[in-house]
Amino acid sequence: MATFLFEAGLEEIPARMVAPAQAELARRVVDLLQRERLLGPDAEVKSYSTPRRLTVCLSAVFESQADVIEQLTGPSWSIAFKDGVPTGAAQAFAKKAGVEIGALTKLTNAKGEYVSATVKKPGRKAAEVLTELLPRELTALYWPKNMYWRAGKPERFVRPVKWLLALLDHAIVPVEFAGVHAANLTYGHRILHGGHAVTINHPSDYLAALEAAKVMPDPDARRHKIRKALDAVTRTVPGARWREDEPLVETVTHLTEWPQVVLGGFEPEYLSLPEEVLVTVMRDHQKYFAVEDAAGKLAPHFLAVLNTETDEQGLATIRHGNERVLRARFNDARFFWNFDQKIPLSERLELLKTVTFQKDLGSYHQKTEANLSLVTALAALLRERGIQFDHSALETATRLAKTDLTAELVKEFTELQGVVGGLYARAQGLGETAAQAIYWQYRPASSEDAIPPTVEGQLLGLADRFQTLTAMFALGLEPTGSKDPFALRRAANGVVKILADSALPLTFDDLLDASGELSPATRSSLTAFLRERVEFYLREARGIAYDVVNAVLAAGSADLPDAVARAEALSTVRDSADFAAISAAFKRSKNILRQAAEKLAFKEEIAATGVVEALLADPAEATLYRETRRLAPLVEELRSRREYGHALEQAATLRPHVDLFFDKVMVMAPEADLRQNRLALIAMVLASFSTIADFSEMVAPVKASSDAA
Amino acid sequence: MPAAAASKTPLTFQELLFRLQTFWAERGCVLQQPYDVEVGAGTMSPDTFLRVLGPKPIRIAYAQPSRRPADGRYGENPNRLYKHTQFQVILKPPPADIQEVYLESLAAIGIDLRQHDIKFEEDNWESPTLGAWGIGWQVMLDGLEITQFTYFQQCGGIDLDPISGEITYGLERIAAFLQDVDSIYDIVWARDPLTGHAVTYGDVRLQEELQFSVYNFEAAEIKKLWEHLRLYEAECQALLASFHDSFSPRAEKKAEHHQKIHDTLVHDGGKPAPEEDVERALRRFPVLGAYDLCLKCSHLFNLLDARGAISVTERVGVIARIRALAVGVAKAYAAQQNKGN
Repeated sequence: MATFLFEAGLEEIPARMVAPAQAELARRVVDLLQRERLLGPDAEVKSYSTPRRLTVCLSAVFESQADVIEQLTGPSWSIAFKDGVPTGAAQAFAKKAGVEIGALTKLTNAKGEYVSATVKKPGRKAAEVLTELLPRELTALYWPKNMYWRAGKPERFVRPVKWLLALLDHAIVPVEFAGVHAANLTYGHRILHGGHAVTINHPSDYLAALEAAKVMPDPDARRHKIRKALDAVTRTVPGARWREDEPLVETVTHLTEWPQVVLGGFEPEYLSLPEEVLVTVMRDHQKYFAVEDAAGKLAPHFLAVLNTETDEQGLATIRHGNERVLRARFNDARFFWNFDQKIPLSERLELLKTVTFQKDLGSYHQKTEANLSLVTALAALLRERGIQFDHSALETATRLAKTDLTAELVKEFTELQGVVGGLYARAQGLGETAAQAIYWQYRPASSEDAIPPTVEGQLLGLADRFQTLTAMFALGLEPTGSKDPFALRRAANGVVKILADSALPLTFDDLLDASGELSPATRSSLTAFLRERVEFYLREARGIAYDVVNAVLAAGSADLPDAVARAEALSTVRDSADFAAISAAFKRSKNILRQAAEKLAFKEEIAATGVVEALLADPAEATLYRETRRLAPLVEELRSRREYGHALEQAATLRPHVDLFFDKVMVMAPEADLRQNRLALIAMVLASFSTIADFSEMVAPVKASSDAA
Repeated sequence: MPAAAASKTPLTFQELLFRLQTFWAERGCVLQQPYDVEVGAGTMSPDTFLRVLGPKPIRIAYAQPSRRPADGRYGENPNRLYKHTQFQVILKPPPADIQEVYLESLAAIGIDLRQHDIKFEEDNWESPTLGAWGIGWQVMLDGLEITQFTYFQQCGGIDLDPISGEITYGLERIAAFLQDVDSIYDIVWARDPLTGHAVTYGDVRLQEELQFSVYNFEAAEIKKLWEHLRLYEAECQALLASFHDSFSPRAEKKAEHHQKIHDTLVHDGGKPAPEEDVERALRRFPVLGAYDLCLKCSHLFNLLDARGAISVTERVGVIARIRALAVGVAKAYAAQQNKGN
């Protein structure tokens, strides 16, 4: 048993790609060794990464594959040996198998007697297998963006490969990739260790050797060190806290080999700029952590994560340099802010004529007009339905929503579109309600994000997205497969989330009706698309099982908050034994009805006649009828009050009667009148209890099915 | 190690340029002069745009004043310029130690990397107008982007083989950093060795920034700009069409055929072989002239853009027109190189 260490040295890998590549390389090497029968059962897998290296280390690697004994079958015995003398056929077979004629044996099977040879296939050495196959795994590594670097373009990879380290215990495994031959050498930190190689004699030396060369190869250790250092440095400012920012911690972890943190400051006068702008500059443009005071207000400090280690003087130089850059950036932002105020938002509407929304749909000016007409229609509808809101603020917000696209500040910080518009609207005295609506128009940005807090904001966000959807679908630009260049899925997710999380009494049909003329084809493809997004929302954002989603949506999806409430209630009761039995019974009922309808065209007759009490011959069916008549109004009453949990509990009490019915009564009775009456009965049961969800869509609980298996 | 790198006085703007030129000349670069047609970036100089095409190895370095009319700020913004200076290095093929050599160049301009924080952060470069893109980094020094480092993959719509390494230093930024000044205009451009008198960046360039901001944003006559654009484009297109007619593979066969008939009928042989004529005509063809016309169009587009004269519908269209010129020139240049070698 040996330990295998492999490190690929690269020019700086983009931070966002490091972690996935580390995991994929480890998985590929493990799979390769397992496939090749080279990995012991107790093998321990470690993997590491820095911007300049991807490493995997495995213990318990067999030095060779085990030998394989194979029995080869040749020609039939009678052809191979004539009178005990080997023929040409025997000689050819022996040669092919690599054995002496004398070693051939006789094999008897059902078909007859054959010549056979036992061949030992010696296992290959691990080093040999790795040398041959590891390069293929490297070639297959997935990178979101690749490049060529060598003449003749022999390979594509994320960045040029600089060195390979491959050791099986003390021995170099001569892997070759991208023109680089593996050795027992690695390299330390670019600046702190310089260009000379570090020799690794055995895999167990790797971590310590790199540590000495100022590289922390384990990203978990770097992440930990960064967090500790952020804490420690922040403590030098009384009462201060650094703003938690998980994605930023991740980024700087993968930008450094030997992290250190420096605290910098900026002039408090910049705090007069909106916090959103300051934080965006620090986080998105400079990868700095923001610092806040005890009250949660932004403090005039920042934290930069460095990829080096210096003395106090160096640290002072670096702090000073970072402060200079930030000051210039803040200055820019302030310049843009002041510059933008020269043209108020109200005068910028005209400028939108030169900003393209989409080539076939024209400018953002046209987009604004279209948004306005949809907002106006929806506003009228909501007023009819008694919703209170500030109509004039809504109109102002809609009219000016896109004008910040012409602002210099947004051109500089595109991620702040909407936010800047809102801030400008407030600064220009356009009213808090309109400002809020503009500010929030692109929210929610994801399924975890909050929806706008005001009715005006919700309506604007809804109308803006829905208008985009109808316009794009009308042009036939709906997303296909993984292609969604206009981010329409995200737009639709926003529509769904706003409808589901707000109190707006609007349905998809309301939105479609308010959208002006839509061809039937557009309308139906958009409806299907939205339905799919609702399913996605319930499953991904709400974590609801797919069968519950199907069951609930089968009972209606127009009222989204209601669908959510039904889905949640159903999720709670679904695993109870009573409920599982009811679901099974409903599924059975539905199948019976479907088959009956197919064969006997019963559907209309059932609807026409209903259940005839006098024909309920069996006590079990009479009881079911009676109980259904008793329970149905109760469930309906609870349902109308949206007490879905209680409603479902009540419905579940039907179980013994349903069970008894299917136990004792044959629905498809030979007597036509009985049969028809029983079909009518189960149709009535289904209809009475399927208003919350179509229980027949439910899949048996996982536990039960695994028991059965 | 150059002496001044260790000295305390930071480099003046012009010393910074000298150092970089010397450094790269010592590493085998041909020092070219700035290209004298308006460009938005060092990449657009024919020394990059055209020379990265084809297999011929090159090492070339030059400073390139880069004009971006829309970035002008009348000389009022301490960090933004209408015309900034890029120092551009092209290495085809890129040497294996290109990053290390680049870091040495920083030492050569007085940056002791042990006292600073340097990072290579993902930043890929793309110019739809030039049909060009590359993979690379922005080099961050103490949080300041000082260099764009790109492995050129495609140019003028042509896949490059070998690729080129492109290193673009932002000279104003680096000088302001070295001299620790908050405004570009306070950078010391030159210092009189006898009197110690300093001439600042503002002394040299402020007037130009102000006046060109006025011209670019207010005075440039939109109608004439369009007219210039149309004329330059038409001339460039005519040249490209003529190139295509004369030297596309089909045109060659036709020309050979005509030449043979012509020779037989009129000169009765004795003339140079027709292939030589075609080769000579190909070598003489002014592809470089066509490229200058394309650059003119690009600059006019930028001016029109700064004037706010390009509407929604026009914008995409004009970019496509210029891209067509750039791609056409690149193809012609590549064809010329193939035959010429």
